[in-house]
Amino acid sequence: MSVDSDIVGAVHAKVRHDSARGHVTGEARYIDDMPMLPGTLEVVLVTSPHPHAGIVSIDVSAARSADGVRAVMSADDIPGVNDVGPVFEDEPVLAAGFVDYVGAPVVAIAADSYDQARNAAALVTVEYDVRPAVLEIEQALEQELYTYPPQFMTIGEPEAAIAKASHRIDGEVRCGGQDHFYLEGHIAMAIPHDNGDLDVYSSTQHPSEVQHGVAHVLGVPTNAVTVEVRRMGGAFGGKESQATIFAAIAAVLADRCGQPVKIRLRRDDDMIMTGKRHDFLFRYDVGFDDDGRIEGVDILMAMRSGNVADLSPGVLARALCHADNCYYLPNARLRGYPCKTNTVSNTAFRGFGGPQGMLVIETVIEHIARTLGRSVDEVRAVNYYGAEDRNVTPYQQRVKDNIIVALVDRLRSEIDFDGMLQAVDSFNASHETLKKGIAMMPVKFGVSFNTPKLNQAGALVHVYTDGSVHLNHGGTEMGQGLFTKVAQVVASVFEIDLDNIKISSTRTDKVPNTSATAASSGSDLNGMAAFNATNTIKARMAEVAASHFETSVDAIEFRQNRVYAGNESLSFADLAQLTWDERVSLSATGYYSTPGLHWDAKSLIGNPFYYFAYGAAVSQVVIDTLTGESRVLRTDILQDCGNSLNPAIDLGQIEGAFIQGQGWLTSEELVWDESGRLLTHGPSTYKIPGSRDVPREFNVHILEDAPNREPTIFRSKAVGEPPLMLALSVWLAIRDAVSRVVDHRHMPHLDAPATPEAILMAVDDIRRRDSQTTTAAKV
Amino acid sequence: MAAISFTLNGELRQESSVSPTMTALDFLRENAGLTGTKEGCAEGDCGACTIVMVRNGADRLEAVMACLLVVGQLDGAQVVTVEGLTERGGELESVQQAIVTQDGTQCGFCTPGFVMALYALRHSGETVTDEVIHDALAGNLCRCTGYRSIVDAARTACSVSGKDNINSRDDSNTLPASDAYEAGGQLYFAPKTIDALIARRVEYPDAPLLSGGTDLGLLFSKERQKFPVTIYTQNVDELRRIEEDDTSFTIGAAATYTEALPYIEAEYASFGVLIRRIGSRQIRNVGTIGGNIGNASPIGDTPPCLIALDSVLTLRGPNGAREISLEDFFLDYRKTDLAKDEIIENVRVPKLGNGQIFRTYKISKRYDQDISSVIGAFRLTLENGVVTAARIAFGGMAAVPKRAIGCEAALTGAVWSEDAVRQAAAAIEEDFSPIDDHRASAAYRLRVAANLFVRLYRDLEGADDVEVMAL
Ligand SMILES: Cc1cc2nc3c(=O)[nH]c(=O)nc-3n(C[C@H](O)[C@H](O)[C@H](O)COP(=O)(O)OP(=O)(O)OC[C@H]3O[C@@H](n4cnc5c(N)ncnc54)[C@H](O)[C@@H]3O)c2cc1C
Ligand code: FES
Ligand code: FES
Repeated sequence: MSVDSDIVGAVHAKVRHDSARGHVTGEARYIDDMPMLPGTLEVVLVTSPHPHAGIVSIDVSAARSADGVRAVMSADDIPGVNDVGPVFEDEPVLAAGFVDYVGAPVVAIAADSYDQARNAAALVTVEYDVRPAVLEIEQALEQELYTYPPQFMTIGEPEAAIAKASHRIDGEVRCGGQDHFYLEGHIAMAIPHDNGDLDVYSSTQHPSEVQHGVAHVLGVPTNAVTVEVRRMGGAFGGKESQATIFAAIAAVLADRCGQPVKIRLRRDDDMIMTGKRHDFLFRYDVGFDDDGRIEGVDILMAMRSGNVADLSPGVLARALCHADNCYYLPNARLRGYPCKTNTVSNTAFRGFGGPQGMLVIETVIEHIARTLGRSVDEVRAVNYYGAEDRNVTPYQQRVKDNIIVALVDRLRSEIDFDGMLQAVDSFNASHETLKKGIAMMPVKFGVSFNTPKLNQAGALVHVYTDGSVHLNHGGTEMGQGLFTKVAQVVASVFEIDLDNIKISSTRTDKVPNTSATAASSGSDLNGMAAFNATNTIKARMAEVAASHFETSVDAIEFRQNRVYAGNESLSFADLAQLTWDERVSLSATGYYSTPGLHWDAKSLIGNPFYYFAYGAAVSQVVIDTLTGESRVLRTDILQDCGNSLNPAIDLGQIEGAFIQGQGWLTSEELVWDESGRLLTHGPSTYKIPGSRDVPREFNVHILEDAPNREPTIFRSKAVGEPPLMLALSVWLAIRDAVSRVVDHRHMPHLDAPATPEAILMAVDDIRRRDSQTTTAAKV
Repeated sequence: MAAISFTLNGELRQESSVSPTMTALDFLRENAGLTGTKEGCAEGDCGACTIVMVRNGADRLEAVMACLLVVGQLDGAQVVTVEGLTERGGELESVQQAIVTQDGTQCGFCTPGFVMALYALRHSGETVTDEVIHDALAGNLCRCTGYRSIVDAARTACSVSGKDNINSRDDSNTLPASDAYEAGGQLYFAPKTIDALIARRVEYPDAPLLSGGTDLGLLFSKERQKFPVTIYTQNVDELRRIEEDDTSFTIGAAATYTEALPYIEAEYASFGVLIRRIGSRQIRNVGTIGGNIGNASPIGDTPPCLIALDSVLTLRGPNGAREISLEDFFLDYRKTDLAKDEIIENVRVPKLGNGQIFRTYKISKRYDQDISSVIGAFRLTLENGVVTAARIAFGGMAAVPKRAIGCEAALTGAVWSEDAVRQAAAAIEEDFSPIDDHRASAAYRLRVAANLFVRLYRDLEGADDVEVMAL
């Protein structure tokens, strides 16, 4: 794969997002911006106010005769199967017989306008027989209520190793969930055709799943449904499986009324009705030696799965697979419990369990450090995976591409980490109420879907006779710049300027049976598929060129928008025309599947990841010990992107992921009341970071000269998710600041998110414990 | 009745059949086909719907949230949306170009809102510092970029102040503002004099008084309510006035935060900082102190400050005006002393006297654009090291904004010292029994309220580490 190129927009160039102009002018169209066909109906859903109840009766008569109403639908009206579960058949479109979370759709109403549908919705009466609800993770754990069997990963002899270690500690920590808060909420529009076929526009990361879901719910073959998505206004995992239900509702109503139907969730409904990042409860028990080297560890990881499985099994598997982070755990027992609660089913969110897995092991490392009176980084150093030995993960994959030690060393020396530590010490010595904290966070993130079969992709490339190129693939654009990156791949292979490549909407009738655009693997998979398709056409064109120039195919070279045979050349466009003239196809599909993956979902053993992406961050924070307010003063990041396909886009991914992670760990707090209702369901109550929350000094660098050792697309690495976990440096730095209040004599009791309230309570608590031990010591 | 007229991207629009309480956002997207302006929340908190307008008679170009504005409020204004900045296919406006150059877009859904917020900043004539940029962007959320690229774009594009080309593009900036409008059975009154306003109020005592609409607007945008009658206050000149004499400011109930800010920040710097944390520029450009008082929320930010400053309200009804101390105005949770035929005319805020100092501290989950968990406001009179008088009020601690009588008593007469302050703080638990909610627990509220006394002491003693934002 050649990488030196003089074309405009080759791989590795800082190419702008293809829609940037459309974004700033407002011309870039999202589904809600599409001109509505005459007769388009809008939908409002009647949802459950109870976390758990039987449905005794539903009376829709008044709604049916309300102004503008065209259709009222409940579970009984679903023509096909009332299920959209992505993995298991457990997720009804409309509640049948019972509801098991607040916000579960019960009735769907289509009317001429949104307001009419809304007015009619208020006229629906549903009689419930309220049942006891399980709202907390602990309750579900005690009652052994799971959405899927618990998963256990074991390596070595953890019990024995913990028992005979010279030190043993245990602890508990929790992390909260996180709403995706994509700026564009869920939306779908279904347009029926005369023969019963349907076109569905859906804001989804997974058009194929929406297609299958819609067909399943309608009871029609998959080929009757076409799903299209040009772009999403953000997704972050929240539109991986969650879009199906809304598309299915729009489709059934469109099919019934014979009119186009649009459903757009308003912000509150979106936040109440759709899943979020899983909150977790962790308990650990760890044995280690005098240097802090972990000898054995047992970790309980209990997630709030919600009412159904959805993607929880995958999220849990990834959490288990990242509870090692960068550390060698020779003896480990990792126990994952997908707790079934009467809350909305949690789902994929950037990192997909990885952030939670890392949060607990970092807490363990910190606890070891505080116990031994050592620095956290000293404890990390003795636990990092080795290069030749100590390199087998708890799921028995060998870590072959480990660069974490070098990467961390480089970051530390570039920013003078030791100097920073001293500055923090001296600030704290001279300040009474504000305390600074500092922490590093190393990250190793496994790239590939944990489930091997998902690691495949397809692409479709056409060259027209004027040399312009049409590109399509199964990946979706949610802002991450995937379309731009894949187009760069095609441009580089053909050696033509990027503006010759037409990027097109993702459609299930162009590339079928695709995987979700997720797991950071969008460009790995679709880039390779497009690479293969492009090479197929290129080889055919080369043959045409060879016969035209009366030379061998080997002598043909595509370079700078032309095709050369020695000194003779043709423009790419002329060759395209010639190829057509010669009756050779200028269209090809490309396919790719990631090599070497296997995974046994029962034993949790295998080789689930093609490679690992590495990164490290150092964050400095200040907390106010009177109010618990905090601020991130500075963050330095060094991220491994392999040979970045597009450093401009990757930089944006790193920065955006970091800030999103910071929000999860600091200000974003999901609060439910005792009846299972979400109280924080809009930006007025749920606080994602704003521009002032960005670290005051924010230095982000991409590791240079770091080609992927695996033959990925132009030796690049995935970047969507890995940097999110670097934000744990902020949380750890806040914990450090709390711990510094008592000169690191105690471990802070601080969960995530570290809101002002949580921080203040942790400060008060650590002071209390410290004064108890100091008094006890005096006695 | 008359039509609602305004210019939209330079073109005159006269609407005579649109619901006056349809949100400007819905109007733009559905009626005008301008879909560049996005809906991200419909509650004024995300900024995706930011547009810019010059209001009737004003000379300032202001960013506002289209989702909380109703069509009636557009009457007489010049409105510019993202579509108005660039010809299709033409050269990008400099803010747009800077965002493109800095790779400041990912999904792009937030982008038009950022463009408009920065467009307003570029035309504000301010010297652009990072502080100012964050102030201008506090109302705009982006979930993708992490902001760095957008802030960089702001630095380059807004350092050169823009030529206000709105006036030149429009035929006129003084379109007639009509004072009554009717469509689809909904009446909308926008009286121009206080007497006319009172008359409408008497005629329709159940109609909501609409000022900036940053509280009330939620009923239109999210609750989709269609009131039969709405009475708009911001066209009444007397209510927009801010007057200053030797001893006080009199702030008209319909004067916006943006208009009041210069007066307040010059006299009570700490109150000025607080106002900059109320909502965002988009909110403060239309929202009012009068509305903050009229809304009577226990977590409104200005009432504790105004109570600590011993402010007096003037209420006016058919029988003339009456004065009432602000602390007596709030009766119970969302209940006030305002009669059904009265309006709030203005609030008179005494200036600081000799030896008086004022401080207010707002605590919230996020620094910018967040509702307070707790807000404390303190006016102390210090003479020769002794606290001779103290007025202290808190928000977020009770069903109404309320004075901390016990704390005040403990401080009054005491020698100014950390000890005295801690003793005063200890009285918090007698003064208040707050509640748990999604913003904070009762325990946290009590703890923080008490700790704010320590902050106050250190602040007045000149400590350099009073707040994390100082670093
Ligand atoms: C995104 C966002 C952020 C916000 N942030 C904050 C914040 O940080 N702190 C805070 O305190 N508030 C905040 N608010 C609430 C709101 O902005 C303020 O309360 C504002 O002061 C309301 O003023 P307004 O002119 O918009 O009032 P409106 O919404 O027009 O009216 C509010 C109430 O006051 C009544 N009213 C208005 N004028 C009069 C009058 N002359 N006489 C009698 N009654 C009258 C109205 O009838 C209504 O009941 C926020 C709101 C939003 C949407
Ligand atoms: S749509 Fe979010 S502020 Fe208006
Ligand atoms: S670019 Fe997606 S929300 Fe800002």
